[in-house]
Amino acid sequence: MSARDLFTFSNPHFTRGVGITAAILVVTAIVGFIVLPFAQPWVQFANVWDAICSAAGVPQRAASVAAPAQDKRLSEVVLTSSTLSRPSQEAIGRGATLAQRCAICHGPTGVSRADSPNLAGQYAAVIYKELHDFRSGARTNAVMSPFAVNLTDQEIADLSNYYAYLPRLPAYHPTPQLPKPNIVIFGAPMRGIAPCGSCHGSLDNKTGSPWLEGQSEAYMKAQLQAFASGERRNDISQQMRNIARAMTPQEIEQAAAYYASQPPDVVKAVD
Amino acid sequence: MLVNRKLILAHFWLAFGVFGIALTLGAWQMFIRSPIGTWLSNPELYYRSLTAHGTVMGYVFPTLVAMGFGYAISESALQQRLVGVRWAWAGFWLIVAGSIMAVIPIALGRASVLYTFYPPLIGNVFYYLGVVLVVVGSWIWVALMSINLRVWRKANPGAAVPLAMFANVAGSYLWAWTAVGAALELLLQIIPVAAGLKATIDAGLARVFFSWTLHAIVYFWLMPTYIAYYTIVPRAIGGRVYSDSMARISFILFLVVAMPIGMHHTFADPQVGAGFKFIHSAFTALVALPTLLTVFTICASVEIAARLRGGRGMFGWIKTLPWDNPMMLALAFSFVMLGFGGAGGLINMSYQLDASIHNTQWITGHFHLIFGGAIVIMYFAIAYDLWPHLTGRELIDLRLIRTQLWLWFIGMIVTTFPWHWVGILGMPRRMAYFDFGDPAIAPQALSVTLSAIGGFILLTSGILFLVVLARGMRAPQADAGPYRFAVAVHQPVIVPVALNTHALWVALMIALTLTNYGYPILTLALTEGTSVPAVYVGAQ
Ligand code: HEM
Ligand SMILES: [Cu+2]
Repeated sequence: MSARDLFTFSNPHFTRGVGITAAILVVTAIVGFIVLPFAQPWVQFANVWDAICSAAGVPQRAASVAAPAQDKRLSEVVLTSSTLSRPSQEAIGRGATLAQRCAICHGPTGVSRADSPNLAGQYAAVIYKELHDFRSGARTNAVMSPFAVNLTDQEIADLSNYYAYLPRLPAYHPTPQLPKPNIVIFGAPMRGIAPCGSCHGSLDNKTGSPWLEGQSEAYMKAQLQAFASGERRNDISQQMRNIARAMTPQEIEQAAAYYASQPPDVVKAVD
Repeated sequence: MLVNRKLILAHFWLAFGVFGIALTLGAWQMFIRSPIGTWLSNPELYYRSLTAHGTVMGYVFPTLVAMGFGYAISESALQQRLVGVRWAWAGFWLIVAGSIMAVIPIALGRASVLYTFYPPLIGNVFYYLGVVLVVVGSWIWVALMSINLRVWRKANPGAAVPLAMFANVAGSYLWAWTAVGAALELLLQIIPVAAGLKATIDAGLARVFFSWTLHAIVYFWLMPTYIAYYTIVPRAIGGRVYSDSMARISFILFLVVAMPIGMHHTFADPQVGAGFKFIHSAFTALVALPTLLTVFTICASVEIAARLRGGRGMFGWIKTLPWDNPMMLALAFSFVMLGFGGAGGLINMSYQLDASIHNTQWITGHFHLIFGGAIVIMYFAIAYDLWPHLTGRELIDLRLIRTQLWLWFIGMIVTTFPWHWVGILGMPRRMAYFDFGDPAIAPQALSVTLSAIGGFILLTSGILFLVVLARGMRAPQADAGPYRFAVAVHQPVIVPVALNTHALWVALMIALTLTNYGYPILTLALTEGTSVPAVYVGAQ
């Protein structure tokens, strides 16, 4: 009973086992690679080899169709979950100096006294992305755009690191905390709306999503409306536009009022 | 001749202990996303639980059962003390260490990636290392099974390998080879990213590697059950195996065709060519063959038992079967669930039909029926059958055992039938929350509630099972005699080499893997620009 008796064509089990397996393989390969491709009248193949390559999944260059022209600029920022994740002390220091010119609107401690967003403790990737978008014109604002156009990549990174480093302080005009509306905790699954907190912090944080607690109600409402109308369009892959469009005006108001009323420390501490 | 009873008992207790925990999580999952639970407002907790449930039920529990049962088979079928007992313990402790290592990051919410890993989602590296340790521990068992058979062959040149051991070793080889796919995915792709050495991952290639494991792992789960069908049931009910060769051929067929068919899990994936999908689909159809052979052979063997007990007539013999024998009951339940589950499986494997149930609750309903039902109920039966031999004490609570089996069967039907149904209605799987107040899915609320009730019946049954085993450890001592396996109508004396060894079939299994997976894996690995940035669990 040795391997020699087993692996020989005089052993009927070997001959039959290998023969049947090979035959099934050949038949299925012919059907899968030649018969079935040609059985699809809506696909044209130059020859048999072409059909085989297609069925095998040989990578092919897509026909060079020009990308549809964009009338407005879109965000070109690429974010990964490690963007700016380990800032140096010097970067934060440089950012602090640069941030002097932002203080007039965003507050000397990064907490706004007007309806501009609070930046203290905002995720670095968020500030980084928005500044890039203001600079490229993917997002525009009469006040903010002129500040951003002249920033260098280095300056944007430093500012982002500086603001991310600042502690999250209570809002300037604290209001009594409101209970969570449905749109915030459940979202609206049948309209494709995930709970806000699944990206914006309280449940989980997804790269590039800002934390919202304590931001100005008027500001958040305006942004949601701008996303819904398509006036603001720098969200990558329409992540926020798809949601805002599906929200009712009432839900927009509830969400903005709810987040504005929250103290900043309810944001889930990450790391 | 069961000498290393402690070793076997340790495997079974660990298996059933973690099973109890995962079962509780499963029932909770079912409840919390049903209309009778209140939404927990945090989907992450659901996915944490789901990761733990899937990892334990898919990797740890069945592997430990196969190992413990394998050691028992090796000692009692070969009538030979286990060679390499120390290694066996080392394998066991590796699994303990791996399970602990994996469960900590899961519990901390650092590895909520689900048991299918889902790259580019990346969790804590210790989760994956834990899974690797579990697999390495089981590979020690594979090696030991092979070595023990070899030692026996030396001592008994030319003799027919007992069927139980032949099948057990076939199962171990299948596992060894099929685990390679997930091992490659973990070691080459996921762990480097989780450890921070790389920041991008080729998710398409990872899915192909995983499919290499995902189908045949199902047959590895199934092996102990099929071994019990052939080598325990006929003996336990007083019958004989209808055909020893048919049994061997079934296990051989599993070895050859269970492996190169995994791409039926990637029908909806764009990175695999349609030709390969077709080949895998066609080979999947072949894998029904050994199951049909088995159903036929076992029904014939059961009929023999009935006729020996005086049964007559075309179907009249069914009445004379020993229906109060737990093994008979377990087999009948298992076959019913296998029948329904198998019919569902035919739908999954058909390219076009699959499109309508892909990623819906139908899939989870399907594998709970087959795996949690048909397969796991025979794990219970195996434990009941072996327990007196392992503990030296009698299992006296026959009525409790029967109740447990009935509850598992009823619970599984109540859970999985509505589960399939809502899948057909389009309810997606792996979702933490459903708003049943919405008119669009309100009609599914009743079915989901039924499933949740079924889940609690299953939980009750699982608890009863553990109670029976625990009480069996304290029952009065009784000598159960040597552990025996069923004999065939024609006990084999001389078996052709091909049906007595595995080499030819292992060679075919590897060859088919190369033909069916080689080209897709190579092109995906060599094509530039197919990687995407990793998404880290819990990172901002
Ligand atoms: C009390 C009985 C059980 C209940 C109620 C239950 C429930 C569940 C639920 C709700 C899911 C998640 C489905 C989804 O969201 O996609 C799940 C997944 C799973 N269950 Fe169970 N289960 C039970 C028993 C079992 C048993 C006995 C096994 C196998 C031995 C098992 C194996 C699995 C596996 C492998 C998964 C996949 C996890 C994943 O998709 O990541 N379950 N189970
Ligand atoms: Cu499969």
